[in-house]
Amino acid sequence: MTFTNRRRKFFSSVFVAFCAASVLVALVPLAFVLFFVVSQGIQALNFNFFTKLPVPVGEQGGGMVNSIVGSLILVSLGGLFAVPIGIVSGIYMSEYAGTRFASLVRFAADTLNGVPSIVIGVFIYGVAVMPFKQFSALAGGLALGVMMIPIVARTTEELLLLVPGTMREGALALGATHARAVFTVVVPSAAQGIITGIVLAVARIAGETAPLLFTALNNRFFSTSLTQPISSLTVQVYNYAESPYQDWHRQAWAGALVLVIIVLTCSLLARFATRRLEGLRSH
Amino acid sequence: MKRPENLGFRLGTGFFGLVLVVIVVAIGVELFRQSWLSIQKFGFNFWRTDIWDPVAGQFGARPFIWGTLYSSVLALLISTPIALGIAIFISELCPDRLKPPLVFLTELLAAIPSIVYGVWGYLVLVPAIRAIEVAFPPALKTLPFFSGPPFGLGMLAAALILAVMVIPFSSSVAREVLKSVPVAQREGAYALGATRLEAIMAALFYARTGIVGAVMLGFGRALGETMAVTMVIGNTPRIAVSLFAPQYTMAAVLANEFSEAADNLYLSALIEIGLVLFVITLIVNSLSRLLIWSMARPARESAANVVVPAAESAA
Repeated sequence: MTFTNRRRKFFSSVFVAFCAASVLVALVPLAFVLFFVVSQGIQALNFNFFTKLPVPVGEQGGGMVNSIVGSLILVSLGGLFAVPIGIVSGIYMSEYAGTRFASLVRFAADTLNGVPSIVIGVFIYGVAVMPFKQFSALAGGLALGVMMIPIVARTTEELLLLVPGTMREGALALGATHARAVFTVVVPSAAQGIITGIVLAVARIAGETAPLLFTALNNRFFSTSLTQPISSLTVQVYNYAESPYQDWHRQAWAGALVLVIIVLTCSLLARFATRRLEGLRSH
Repeated sequence: MKRPENLGFRLGTGFFGLVLVVIVVAIGVELFRQSWLSIQKFGFNFWRTDIWDPVAGQFGARPFIWGTLYSSVLALLISTPIALGIAIFISELCPDRLKPPLVFLTELLAAIPSIVYGVWGYLVLVPAIRAIEVAFPPALKTLPFFSGPPFGLGMLAAALILAVMVIPFSSSVAREVLKSVPVAQREGAYALGATRLEAIMAALFYARTGIVGAVMLGFGRALGETMAVTMVIGNTPRIAVSLFAPQYTMAAVLANEFSEAADNLYLSALIEIGLVLFVITLIVNSLSRLLIWSMARPARESAANVVVPAAESAA
């Protein structure tokens, strides 16, 4: 073996080692974040956390029940806005794929997906807070909805494009209208995948903070009113983490742990669902 | 297909598609309208001056632009080699059994909420960086990159956190792009006696447009990232080269000051920053999608050409 060949082999091995190492390098912060969130968060995570209101500085204990309920309300509102718009526009993109307007809608969806979440907050502040001179749960839900629409739309589109054309043609051949064929044959056969996509989108917006900072704002008290400011888990975690108090830091870690558990559960659920889907498809 | 109910279906679903287009246009129009006061008053000086003093009514946004670009570029310098390494390892090197768990773990990195990175960065990473800065050799502290007092909060923490957050985006797109490189291309390289490195370099070269697109997509993410950066960058509107210096980004100033903006001019100045952030990310994202798309399309076409004759001969 000549010297050049040995050198080429050597560089190749170094390169392979570098690639393997970069996987490890990326997993180190993941492990660190998860380790600290779990080990710190578990200390303050107790029954009170889910049932009690926040207490003033200096008092021990307290919880985040108002923020948890607030987050649930905000995410539900977001889903209420986003799921119908997302699914139907996804149907449009896949049914009329190739038309110029479908491309425009797809471009809009991708653009919207790339807009920084804080900018969406500023936009919603302009259209839903300023005119009413009132921060509100509705505005917060709207901001989350705007973030969620493009995710749902693109997932729906991609999954519908996977449905075999023969299914649609079969329905049409039996005399169904286009709408009927789509809603009773095409969409149901992709329903599981679409639901998985929605679960992932919910996980993503449940962890959003920036679009809520000046739309839903925050609320120290328990509130379910849609026209009043409302607390959310993420904004509350932000406020607690930025505070100088040890006790509040513990609460922030606990909140972070709850967020991570939500995200992990959704990701795992989605992963099992897609695995089953793939299994079904290959048979 | 010309039946009226089909037209109704087309218009009905198309209306929902229109909603998406309207939202994007409305974001642009609304931000422009709301920032008009500031645009009119300051013009280009807004982006050329450095003094941000809301009390005195002075608004110069250059430090924010600098902080956003500097932190994003630093993050890309760190994340790009790692993201490409991961993409290559998963798509070219690792055994098939290992692929799904590795993909899942890297995607988990993207799924963790920004605020969780922020809490970790602020309470764990920043103190660690402060300790490093305190123990930093004085000889090196004379370099402009490491000058200044040890705050912990600052550009270094922001760039590191951003890098971690950007890695999964770049690496998953790079993986997709590598997947679109025809297998024959790699087999050809190996047949000519190429080592793994040489074969992969050939594949990377073939996929170069898409790879640049993947990196740019990460750049777009980094520019707009808000919470984690806000919590660790130190929020000081001053242009500095030092990695140890606390600085500020466009997204961070919005997160911090928006709800406190007392007068219309202040609010308008902040919204102008939002407008520019919107326009920059729009350009970066569109360009990156164009690159990825131009890469994926010819590959798919040539792949189709390869598949068709093979299927015919099989029949």
